[in-house]
Amino acid sequence: MSQYLVLIYGDEKANAEAGQGQWDETMKGHNDFGQKHAEKLAGGNALQGVDTATSIRKDAAGAATVTDGPFVETKEALGGYYLIEAKDLDEAIAVAKDVPSPFGGLEVRPIMVFDR
Amino acid sequence: MIADAVADAHRREWGYVLAATVRVTRDLDLAEECVQDAFAKALVAWQDGIPAKPGAWLTTVARNRALDLLRRELTMRRALPLLVEEQVAPEPTEPEHIPDDRLRLVFTCCHPALALEAQVALTLRLLCGLSTAEVARAFLVSEPTMAARITRAKKKISQARIPYRVPDPEELPARVDAVLAVLHLLFTTGHTAPSGDQLVRHDLVVRALDLTRMLHSLLPTPEVTGLLALILLTDARRATRVDGTGRLLLLEEQDRALWDRQAVDEGLVLVREALQQGPPGRYALQAAIAAVHADAATWEETDWREIVALYALLEHRWPSPVVALNRAVAIGMADGPAAGLLALAALGAEPSLASYSYLPAARADFLRRLGRAAEARSAYEEALLLTENTVERRFLERRLSALNANPS
Repeated sequence: MSQYLVLIYGDEKANAEAGQGQWDETMKGHNDFGQKHAEKLAGGNALQGVDTATSIRKDAAGAATVTDGPFVETKEALGGYYLIEAKDLDEAIAVAKDVPSPFGGLEVRPIMVFDR
Repeated sequence: MIADAVADAHRREWGYVLAATVRVTRDLDLAEECVQDAFAKALVAWQDGIPAKPGAWLTTVARNRALDLLRRELTMRRALPLLVEEQVAPEPTEPEHIPDDRLRLVFTCCHPALALEAQVALTLRLLCGLSTAEVARAFLVSEPTMAARITRAKKKISQARIPYRVPDPEELPARVDAVLAVLHLLFTTGHTAPSGDQLVRHDLVVRALDLTRMLHSLLPTPEVTGLLALILLTDARRATRVDGTGRLLLLEEQDRALWDRQAVDEGLVLVREALQQGPPGRYALQAAIAAVHADAATWEETDWREIVALYALLEHRWPSPVVALNRAVAIGMADGPAAGLLALAALGAEPSLASYSYLPAARADFLRRLGRAAEARSAYEEALLLTENTVERRFLERRLSALNANPS
């Protein structure tokens, strides 16, 4: 078994404007996903919006500059993630396809494994 | 000649030998190394007689070499994780019992998680045994660029764990489509080279045909059958597509007696087979269109209404501006150039055709037939701006200078 991170990207503005019905449907989608793939789930969280993001960049001397906002400005922002267990990429993709992503899409990344 | 026998085996058996060796190594680079080594050994060993089953001989030698290296390297750290497959690697068996693992290899090379250009490169490299330099030449990129592309793809297969196996039945149709897209791209790239001095890159066409035959022998779904028929029927015209001086000849001008009758006959049987197996897919329909041309003894006898009907079905099944363009051209053949021009006009606003040279070229042809020389001229000029294939350019220039010499 390997682990994959499923990153959920979406347009926050479109999501906010979609209304209660869409919100309920998305929440139900996540609950269904959690039940269907309970044994494959190793973790996951929803994130607060990019309005709450703080970025930190260090210069060559190691001095940190703290700024308001996400690290990279994109129309579709990272909104949450799941950590899943899968035997290979095909299985990871099959599981990730069940993750709701009404205003964007998903990215699947293998978790790096370090030798001992 | 031993060298010829080895070269022949290289062309026919590379994919089979490599696929079986990957089962032992679960590492693409190591498998390639062992298979290359087996072919080198064959050059010497076959001097005592060429084995009855060269593929089995090569596989046994390559797999033994792999096991030997794996034993000695057990303590060494691997650069990349092993390929994922559902079974443990098998012990080498008797040559008669080596399973055909080429399907696994095809599905790994043509995995949708890889970029299309990487899928094509890996397929040529791993299934056909082309060197990186040869693959680079085929796609007109530099060797370092192609080497980097192949290395990156292999790294992704290993690190993202793209499995080495035939997909489950529920995902199989979509995955077969992905494989067919690669084979079709390979064929079309060879059939009309996107640029350069040659119209046809015959080496690529042969590879596409070999690979599609192989896939058809292992997995004869209607769409695989359809693609095989399409390649056979299209490539049957190869000898007649340019004249002795390299001049492009249209379907209309081709000497049909020189079409490869054997390929046509095989293609026609396969088209029928594909069409009988349920609602036809895009390749079966394209093959059916090629079959109508192959069936016509002369250009004049072409059943254009049938072709228009098939293009309409194809457009429904596979909506694409290029298909719409072909349908418009067929309408012009069935109902006259004015009707064709009208059908083409509807496509003028299609953004994806804006840089497609066949659109102005088709318009130019209908305008020429209608005697509207000035408009035809500017349409030919527009087409010339958009095509980079030398043979096609010369054709368009010829049409343009005929108009200039004989203005009406």
